[in-house]
Amino acid sequence: MKLEDKLFQDRYIVDEEHPHLKIKDPAACLNCEAKQCTQICPSEVYTWEEDHIDVAYGDCLECGTCRVACAEFNNIEWRYPRGGFGVMFKFG
Amino acid sequence: MAAIEKYDLIVVGAGPAGSAAALVAARAGLKVIIFERGEFPGSKNMFGGVLFGHEINELIPNYWETAPVERALIEERYFLVSGNSATTIAMRTKDFAEPPYNGFSVLRARFDKWFADQAVEAGALLVCETLVESLIMDHGKCVGVKTGRADGDVYADCVIVAEGANSLLTRDAGIHAEWKTNEVGVGVKELIKMPKDVLENRFNLTGQEGVSMRILGLTKGMTGGVFLYTNKETVSLGFVAMIEDLAARGFKPNDLMEEIKSNPMIAPFIEGGSTVEYTAHMVPEQGYKSVPRLVHDGLLIAGDAAMISNLLTGEGANLAVTTGRLAGEAVVAAKAAGDYSALGLYSYQNALDASYVMKDLKQFKGFAGYLHGNPDLMDLYPQLANEFLKGLLTADGTPRGAKAKALLAEVKKKKSLFGIAKDLWRGWRVIK
Repeated sequence: MKLEDKLFQDRYIVDEEHPHLKIKDPAACLNCEAKQCTQICPSEVYTWEEDHIDVAYGDCLECGTCRVACAEFNNIEWRYPRGGFGVMFKFG
Repeated sequence: MAAIEKYDLIVVGAGPAGSAAALVAARAGLKVIIFERGEFPGSKNMFGGVLFGHEINELIPNYWETAPVERALIEERYFLVSGNSATTIAMRTKDFAEPPYNGFSVLRARFDKWFADQAVEAGALLVCETLVESLIMDHGKCVGVKTGRADGDVYADCVIVAEGANSLLTRDAGIHAEWKTNEVGVGVKELIKMPKDVLENRFNLTGQEGVSMRILGLTKGMTGGVFLYTNKETVSLGFVAMIEDLAARGFKPNDLMEEIKSNPMIAPFIEGGSTVEYTAHMVPEQGYKSVPRLVHDGLLIAGDAAMISNLLTGEGANLAVTTGRLAGEAVVAAKAAGDYSALGLYSYQNALDASYVMKDLKQFKGFAGYLHGNPDLMDLYPQLANEFLKGLLTADGTPRGAKAKALLAEVKKKKSLFGIAKDLWRGWRVIK
């Protein structure tokens, strides 16, 4: 089963105005060999696009794994979405 | 919300710890407000999941009569998988199908909502869709919280932080550093729906009975493992993996999930089912060694935010209930004494230390490190068990004595008997 089909089952209220995930210094990613964020995120929010990391924060499950995994560069600014936004588990 | 309004207690997060804290404080007559960032309590929460009921039952006797529980878990099944084979060790008892029950599978979006409602009935004020952005500190003492709402500063004599393992408030307050990759794991789960009778036949269940499975051998030796829980009409299937291990092995979590689902030993359990939800959450894995200081001036930390979980026994949510309750009781005592300083609130730490929570955490403090240092346990051992037993059971004209010798020789090629004895001895040492 494809990830996108799974995420389609999840309910999200995306905060279009306020991304809650940000790459602090996009240039630092150029020096990051592992690019752990592109591997470790359960909903694959991060993808490497030629010269920068693209952040599809609307798919985030809010686990925080990416932030902890980006230990060497500490380059992910991770906030919780504003109240009432983000993923809303139906079952949990 | 008027900025000048002041409460006895602010609780951050309406999960098992937060709601337990709010419940006991509200019952004692304190003015309590709970902030929950989700649309409703539980809408951000997931776990494997079993909720062991002893602690809830102390707070809400016969909770199962009103709480939205799924199945009373009557069997714990250890399932050692490799290739086309699996060895099962299971313990089943009908006694767990009778009150007071041992534990239920629950779905957190339903259960946490119910539990928070109990705190509200006791008099606590619940405010959802509200993110607590930071703690308000005054000369080292926590005096309130800054929420994301307009005029959103709220003040109280004490704050209990129960925001879960992915805890930003306490990190930002300098109470602990960012979690290290060997302190926390990620839990990833699919909820798979199937007809009730199919599920019950598949797991040999009647009525409200349910099964929990711990599956070893499918996570490439990562500290964690695969879990399966039966709910009423769904199966919760997922894995937990230490972030360091997941990073080192370079798996995409969803790829691993798919590999687990398609394993020939697992696939029959979920065949014909359809995935209705995909969730993930941070999990405290290191236990005792990660627990930050929990008592501060005007501030207590409870639940997963306190890194309190037991990797060995699979306990988490029930520990959260206990920590929340003890934190709530400490605030009640602090109010009576008029002292919300760390000293005045220290009865929380004393009560925790005296309870099973800290005793177990201390006893098993080496367990995560032991698993982490012995990837064979989660990978090679299931394989050895299956190969040895399959060989012994195979009737192929070889005398059994010669066969056992040959099988043992095969085992020794992969792991020396001394190495096995050492692992067992060390394992015994960390849990005894």
